[in-house]
Amino acid sequence: MTGSDSIELAIPRRAEYVAVARLSVAAIAGRLRFSIEDVEDVKLAVAEACTGAIARGSQLGGRIELLFEGGDEALHVRVVAFAPLSDLQELRGDHGQGPRIGALGSYLIRALMDEVRYEKGSHGALDLIMSKRQQFV
Amino acid sequence: MEIKISIRKANDATSVIELVGEIDVYTSPKVKDAVSGLIDSGIYNIIIDLAQVKYIDSTGLGVLIGGLKRVREHGGSVHLICNNPQIRKIFDITGLVKIFGIFDTEEAALRALK
Repeated sequence: MTGSDSIELAIPRRAEYVAVARLSVAAIAGRLRFSIEDVEDVKLAVAEACTGAIARGSQLGGRIELLFEGGDEALHVRVVAFAPLSDLQELRGDHGQGPRIGALGSYLIRALMDEVRYEKGSHGALDLIMSKRQQFV
Repeated sequence: MEIKISIRKANDATSVIELVGEIDVYTSPKVKDAVSGLIDSGIYNIIIDLAQVKYIDSTGLGVLIGGLKRVREHGGSVHLICNNPQIRKIFDITGLVKIFGIFDTEEAALRALK
């Protein structure tokens, strides 16, 4: 995989397919020569994103679309239609008091990835965009 | 992905749940059933052996936290056996290392329960 290659993956929005996304991104990160530790970080972050998409996006269609792109010595991942637009405040953490859906998962994504943001996607829902930079020792 | 679960008694007051495989959103309900079953049967000191677990996500952590909350209501504990650095890292970054007893061996976990 070169720096400009991109890969698309779509899985059913169901728990039993999260492992497919996890193993796929591990292969992609390995191809980009990420360290073993960084591959594990990306695996967990993508799995948490899929788990979040299952919890939040039941009304957003039956599939989870993931776009992977290598570039600038980083891996960029977009989870299309991750959550409804109405979840934006909660996801940004300025939702006030009260329980949050998948709070631990969101925390892990932020801890493991170098950049995490949400933006309105083409489907009228929120896309989750996250990036992990290669660490050079 | 599958998870293998086996349960045995370590002594009269303590049981060990040994897990082999990966704990994710698909397999964590099975782990939850195992933990809940022990607690429902009156076992409040539980050692969960993660030594052969290759992967755990937030749903798995949620199951462990839920189990810990329930046994603490009865004065019990959940101790973990974990010597996989990647799994240990997840406990470190979530701060869960402060609420679980995490040990390298079953013997050490049992000593801590006495």
